[in-house]
Amino acid sequence: MDCYTANWNPLGDSAFYRKYELYSMDWDLKEELRDCLVAAAPYGGPIALLRNPWRKEKAASVRPVLDIYSASGMPLASLLEVLQNRVLDARIFHTEFGSGVAILTGAHRFTLSANVGDLKLRRMPEVPGLQSAPSCWTVLCQDRVAHILLAVGPDLYLLDHAACSAVTPPGLAPGVSSFLQMAVSFTYRHLALFTDTGYIWMGTASLKEKLCEFNCNIRAPPKQMVWCSRPRSKERAVVVAWERRLMVVGDAPESIQYKQLTIQVLLDRLVLRRLYPLAIQICEYLRLPEVQGVSRILAHWACYKVQQKDVSDEDVARAINQKLGDTPGVSYSDIAARAYGCGRTELAIKLLEYEPRSGEQVPLLLKMKRSKLALSKAIESGDTDLVFTVLLHLKNELNRGDFFMTLRNQPMALSLYRQFCKHQELETLKDLYNQDDNHQELGSFHIRASYAAEERIEGRVAALQTAADAFYKAKNEFAAKATEDQMRLLRLQRRLEDELGGQFLDLSLHDTVTTLILGGHNKRAEQLARDFRIPDKRLWWLKLTALADLEDWEELEKFSKSKKSPIGYLPFVEICMKQHNKYEAKKYASRVGPEQKVKALLLVGDVAQAADVAIEHRNEAELSLVLSHCTGATDGATADKIQRARAQAQKK
Amino acid sequence: MAAHLSYGRVNLNVLREAVRRELREFLDKCAGSKAIVWDEYLTGPFGLIAQYSLLKEHEVEKMFTLKGNRLPAADVKNIIFFVRPRLELMDIIAENVLSEDRRGPTRDFHILFVPRRSLLCEQRLKDLGVLGSFIHREEYSLDLIPFDGDLLSMESEGAFKECYLEGDQTSLYHAAKGLMTLQALYGTIPQIFGKGECARQVANMMIRMKREFTGSQNSIFPVFDNLLLLDRNVDLLTPLATQLTYEGLIDEIYGIQNSYVKLPPEKFAPKKQGDGGKDLPTEAKKLQLNSAEELYAEIRDKNFNAVGSVLSKKAKIISAAFEERHNAKTVGEIKQFVSQLPHMQAARGSLANHTSIAELIKDVTTSEDFFDKLTVEQEFMSGIDTDKVNNYIEDCIAQKHSLIKVLRLVCLQSVCNSGLKQKVLDYYKREILQTYGYEHILTLHNLEKAGLLKPQTGGRNNYPTIRKTLRLWMDDVNEQGFCSLIISQNPTDISYVYSGYAPLSVRLAQLLSRPGWRSIEEVLRILPGPHFEERQPLPTGLQKKRQPGENRVTLIFFLGGVTFAEIAALRFLSQLEDGGTEYVIATTKLMNGTSWIEALMEKPF
Repeated sequence: MDCYTANWNPLGDSAFYRKYELYSMDWDLKEELRDCLVAAAPYGGPIALLRNPWRKEKAASVRPVLDIYSASGMPLASLLEVLQNRVLDARIFHTEFGSGVAILTGAHRFTLSANVGDLKLRRMPEVPGLQSAPSCWTVLCQDRVAHILLAVGPDLYLLDHAACSAVTPPGLAPGVSSFLQMAVSFTYRHLALFTDTGYIWMGTASLKEKLCEFNCNIRAPPKQMVWCSRPRSKERAVVVAWERRLMVVGDAPESIQYKQLTIQVLLDRLVLRRLYPLAIQICEYLRLPEVQGVSRILAHWACYKVQQKDVSDEDVARAINQKLGDTPGVSYSDIAARAYGCGRTELAIKLLEYEPRSGEQVPLLLKMKRSKLALSKAIESGDTDLVFTVLLHLKNELNRGDFFMTLRNQPMALSLYRQFCKHQELETLKDLYNQDDNHQELGSFHIRASYAAEERIEGRVAALQTAADAFYKAKNEFAAKATEDQMRLLRLQRRLEDELGGQFLDLSLHDTVTTLILGGHNKRAEQLARDFRIPDKRLWWLKLTALADLEDWEELEKFSKSKKSPIGYLPFVEICMKQHNKYEAKKYASRVGPEQKVKALLLVGDVAQAADVAIEHRNEAELSLVLSHCTGATDGATADKIQRARAQAQKK
Repeated sequence: MAAHLSYGRVNLNVLREAVRRELREFLDKCAGSKAIVWDEYLTGPFGLIAQYSLLKEHEVEKMFTLKGNRLPAADVKNIIFFVRPRLELMDIIAENVLSEDRRGPTRDFHILFVPRRSLLCEQRLKDLGVLGSFIHREEYSLDLIPFDGDLLSMESEGAFKECYLEGDQTSLYHAAKGLMTLQALYGTIPQIFGKGECARQVANMMIRMKREFTGSQNSIFPVFDNLLLLDRNVDLLTPLATQLTYEGLIDEIYGIQNSYVKLPPEKFAPKKQGDGGKDLPTEAKKLQLNSAEELYAEIRDKNFNAVGSVLSKKAKIISAAFEERHNAKTVGEIKQFVSQLPHMQAARGSLANHTSIAELIKDVTTSEDFFDKLTVEQEFMSGIDTDKVNNYIEDCIAQKHSLIKVLRLVCLQSVCNSGLKQKVLDYYKREILQTYGYEHILTLHNLEKAGLLKPQTGGRNNYPTIRKTLRLWMDDVNEQGFCSLIISQNPTDISYVYSGYAPLSVRLAQLLSRPGWRSIEEVLRILPGPHFEERQPLPTGLQKKRQPGENRVTLIFFLGGVTFAEIAALRFLSQLEDGGTEYVIATTKLMNGTSWIEALMEKPF
């Protein structure tokens, strides 16, 4: 067991530690580290290294250069060339955009790069009266923007891109003539200041709130001061270190979550270094949900893969699909967009084939001018709005002939476009029907047009003629004939209006005849009915109704006797009763055939006779019908009669 | 407010709460006072998910109806347009916005598209130069609106016409989206059955959408066991027949809109003593009809013939309950009585309302014409004289009865005869055109395209085969032929909802549940469109182990509309002791034969 504990050294009473080399640095440093200025990002993040910062020569070839390495010494960015004469100091900081670096130059100016990958250096405004290096400084990140906080004598300055402003920490004990050390917490939320009066001020980094103040009675500048906290603990503390002393200063617990380097950031770092397999292994080991883990890494890999210009489109597409398959959360369209961005349209199309979401396929296909493909994808999705979008795109892109041909091969799109035209472009609708030789619909189209577009009777008849022709072509003889009848009726109605006055146009044939009868033009009515071959039964109903409306009882009686009624005489009874003319009704009741006799007699209120007929008929249904009409006292005898007849019928 | 939604086997209040939350979130995005400009069609459906109080809580101070020109003056920070994605509405919005700008730029404009944002519409706004005026342009995916504890509707008026006449599948896409939302809330539905072309397409879209969301594994335990997608054109017959349930008849006669009905006010006049009958209300009486009302829940699905006896029984119980007050002697008893008073008064009010409605309906159903019409319908459905010109229809035309009534009957005859003989068809068409006007040639054409009216092809009438196999007519169910009154009082079969005819659509659902569609393969082949089954695999943890005796829950989706009588028939099946299946019903539209035909009619002037 010795060998396991041999390397462990005691630390205090209950803790042990050991030291061993995890890996050796890959970097090939010519200088010793002590000749360089070094800053390392937390959690194994990148290391910034400034070589020979104190060299005196000013030859261009030996300008100080800032190199950034990974934690294992792999060069990440060696391009950052510091343009200032001298670099006095540098700080690395972290924002949502990545890791940035702030530099204090020999000219006592600050320069900032928000992202070490993006080499934009930004010169910060001058600090008024700054003749020497500040006693201490740090980078604060607030609302995604990096600021520099620096101390000059008793004053604190906040530098942003635009201005330099003096700030005062709230509740700071008086008598401070210099700030010796400052530390900002990992989350950039908290700030600690160490003053030459031996005080430690702790507060929010916004300098709006004080958390606490502590007098440590040591006025010597500390070697180091950092914020710390136990994982998931809400307690915060500042650790201050001198040569031979360590002090932990804390404040009351408060509910602020301490953020650590998340696994996502770790994976991002690996992905940016193209260590895809390692990242995937970590995801699998940690059993991360696919969407957050493996899928994301594979998607990054695929985006890298499409940039490999020496591999053919087929091979890239196949390789990507083999690896990605239907992995949830992978956006093939994002990868395709990347491929298109690299000028590989064909590859992009191949990749889009694997994209299940049409909503994602279609816009990119349109952007790549593959509108016809976009159309079939949109149709597959069933999303009609998407289909419309492509259609309107195609309409602008293609000439009319090609556009129509494209539609012809896509029935679903064609129907949708027809609907669009019905409301927006009527003429195009006609052209579409023409192209398809859809004569039936063309006929209907012209029928509609005869109402909508035409005012004059000649125009309307002409439109109807076109409709009738179309119906003939469609072999719809019925519709053609009906339309011709309609033309005939229209002309006739115009003539009637001219000759008789009044309103006839657009009345139905039935109503036209009725109007003629009501106007006393019986001959014309007869003629019209003959011309249009109105069936006898309907004509009888029509005349009956019209004459009753006129209350022309004499004419009605004449009409009823003109020949045997094809609708019987019950309707005569009914209509007279409707007009409350019992006298006339009774005339017809006697002529009603035996089947409806009972009904007719009941209608005119002759319950007794109705009972006689029902008894004669020996019809049970009729008997009960009459019985249900026996209400008043006068009907008592009739009711008895029926009951007797019933009893007799049952005896037999 | 919507407790009745949670009474059923599936708690549909979960859906209602989800859509309400989405609405609140959107309103809060537009900080400050607001005015809503409504696409008028949306106000009815919205009323079912959010009352004005909710809007008011989120600083909605004014409401307007969308119309041209200027917006009415309103001192608010935000103007929000609630609209369906339609081009013609975009034109109106643009007009509003442009005339507003001239008065000075002070308001923020937003658009909420219901149920889906549309690129086409946004392009139109862009072309009109107003797209940039809108700060938030979002969609509110209100696809399926909960109407009752077991009923969801998209209330998409044009769905049938669009799908079956115009080849426009927009509403099918929305249906699929709505089903995805349901699955997100109630778990993946493991089995999908379907019959019909549209059903097939919706299933395809669902499978496709599921693939699009592969990332988010649904970890909700499935509430529904099956989904049955049914095309309305598989059963064109049922809606044409007159519904004979209480709710069905209210809808047939007065029309139920978004669960409200407007009734003639005379019967509802308050009976005050000494009032001398003056001040009769002139405004229609508006009543909400849903299962939140205890009495209505009990009688809505009964055959109308059975409603009267329930009402009189109820009347006795309620007056007995009120009589109890004479027996209440002690303070405790009186207190007990008083505590029940509000409930009793509500019950009495409800009884009075339904007694009045039943009287109104009875006036219609006892009329001779209603009887004659019903007789003809029943003859057709039982296969009598379907192949020749019908006297009653002829007389209806000659007397110029309502065209919709005539069309319903002619279509019913055509469907019950697998199409009419060319001569008969042409005769009806000619009669209709001569009597009602030649412009109706367009309507007739639409009905033919929808298959409601057609010439018989091949001279073969398949309807008798369908009728017998599926036992659609009561006599086929029961040879002895029970008296219809007995059947309606104490039904043993779904055919009670049409006093003899069992709705084909519901019979299909019933047979699917037991013994399965394999038993009716032949009939399924005769009915239009493919029938199919799809499985959506579940992770093992979510697979259901049914307890013995536990019913399955089937979501049945009618693509193209459903009638109240069909809903009643499905509820009847749900309540059967040994039924084995409970149904939740979804549809593109709650409809009846009249509203259906009306939507298919075309009036060129």
